[in-house]
Amino acid sequence: MAGYKSSYFYVVFWQNLKRNRLALAGGCVVALLFVVSLLAPLVAPSDPNAINAWQVLSPPSWQHWFGTDELGRDVFSRVLYGARISLKVGFVAVGIAVSIGTVVGLVSGYYSGVIDTVLMRLVDIMLCFPAFFLILAVITFLEPSIWYIMMVIGLTGWMGVARLVRAETLSIREMDYITAARCIGCSDRRIIFRHILPNAMSPVLVSASLGVAGAILTESALSFLGIGVQPPTPSWGNILTSGKDYIEFAWWLSLFPGLAILVTVLAYNLLGEGIRDALDPRVKH
Amino acid sequence: MTTYLVKRLIMLIPLMIGITLITFAVIHLAPGEPVEMQMAMNPKVGKEARDRLKKFYGLDQPLHTQYFNWVGKLVRLDLGRSFSSDGRPVRDKIKERLPVTISLNVIALLLEFGLAIPIGILAATHRDSWLDKGITVFVFLGFAVPTFWLALLLMYFLGVKFNWLPISGLHTLGSDSYGTVRYLWDLAKHLIMPVMVASFGSLAGLSRYMRSSMLNVIGQDYITTARAKGLSERVVIYKHALRNALLPLITLAGFSIPGLIGGSVIFETIYAIPGMGQLFYQGVMSRDYPVVMGILVIGAFLTLIGNLIADISYALADPRIRQGA
Repeated sequence: MAGYKSSYFYVVFWQNLKRNRLALAGGCVVALLFVVSLLAPLVAPSDPNAINAWQVLSPPSWQHWFGTDELGRDVFSRVLYGARISLKVGFVAVGIAVSIGTVVGLVSGYYSGVIDTVLMRLVDIMLCFPAFFLILAVITFLEPSIWYIMMVIGLTGWMGVARLVRAETLSIREMDYITAARCIGCSDRRIIFRHILPNAMSPVLVSASLGVAGAILTESALSFLGIGVQPPTPSWGNILTSGKDYIEFAWWLSLFPGLAILVTVLAYNLLGEGIRDALDPRVKH
Repeated sequence: MTTYLVKRLIMLIPLMIGITLITFAVIHLAPGEPVEMQMAMNPKVGKEARDRLKKFYGLDQPLHTQYFNWVGKLVRLDLGRSFSSDGRPVRDKIKERLPVTISLNVIALLLEFGLAIPIGILAATHRDSWLDKGITVFVFLGFAVPTFWLALLLMYFLGVKFNWLPISGLHTLGSDSYGTVRYLWDLAKHLIMPVMVASFGSLAGLSRYMRSSMLNVIGQDYITTARAKGLSERVVIYKHALRNALLPLITLAGFSIPGLIGGSVIFETIYAIPGMGQLFYQGVMSRDYPVVMGILVIGAFLTLIGNLIADISYALADPRIRQGA
């Protein structure tokens, strides 16, 4: 994958990806989730927060496909609205993680020496903390809010990207075109962001897609524990909290939000793996 | 080997300092002071009492003094006292819960490896067969299933619906009076679901890794040589290939430790197991910051030790490192 990527690269990439049916299916699910999140108010059969005391914990029916919860709210509508949260969390958290990781990786790989050592030790240290502990600890001292959750998931998840980008940068740095750029007097900043960055990004795409899946899982676990998205805002995790409380009477409260998480995470993973294979010249279809 | 060991141990020092710095920063740079947190629950507390409490916990001193005081105590394994009403030393609280979490995680780790290695070998030796495809499907599902959801499902089916297994705690009430065998059987029944949940998450990743590691080794020249000299496939796979395929898994075991410890928050909370994860969760919910800080540091040190053990085992298992250094 040497040199500046021409449009030919993207053509081959797309052709490879197209042949991978599982990845395409994952992509379709992700696209569907986008549409559903955008159109949630139009698609949802009822208001996700509309309380109905006459229909508390009623099982799935034609009227309520996924049943109702302990306040008589329509679970199907709540799951649809929950898609918004998970999408937002996935993208913002991964956006933060990828930005930090990319900058750290580029700087570390390009300058090497002391800067590299210090940054990579920081990565090692951060990796020592059980990520879930670190997230919980930070969230303890903040007001529960979705923005904090996204920030904290991002701030504790950049290390993998940093290592990846650093490795890419180390090899790209030695390329002739970088030497050429240096000879014509490009500044370090220009070399890093204009010449190295675009060529180091492809593995990041893969880990971003897998990262979205991970962030969605983390958010749902946090919300499940009551530290994440606060009710009444519906998220898949906090619907499952009431699923746990009513597990003896209302299986539908536990089943459907869990399936929603499963399908979404599966879709992002399949897409990520598909992108990895499509980028890898060794994999032949 | 000795040089390698010494080098590896020296490398620990900056990491340990870093861990204490980050833990300290996480707690102290977060908006809101710990004492304020504790006071927020009780509006009747006046300014004077607040200052007294701050002084008691040393929070009126500059940050760097606080840091050095804290590290100084940490070296003597003094983690301070819990903010909760019993006010017990955090060290004692952690000490009584650490064995539960560690033994649970060790059992889970053993189960994971015990299953992932054969699964990985099967998938690699039957590459592209229906078996391999089935395993791949399982792996992808394993990656995508949220552990707490799996815990709920197991609880519903095995605990509530069929009533086969107890759904919370480690012992049945009154199990102290049981005979040894019955006591252990009771404990084992309580452990089945938590261990399943704890090991399931990494099982998928580990099997997949074992598969690719095995495929990697099978593709090498010395395996072709072994086959060419007429060795049976069994001997080739289990005697020649397996050893080398297992090597990277040692490192992976080290890497999986933070995940296991972090995951213990979830299954210990759901199954009401009195371990470190539950203590941490309770600490987080009641904003008991000495407990949170203590467990954060201990969790990171455990990871560090786990990685150290993994690295040393790797060096012991791989003569290229053992004799090279």
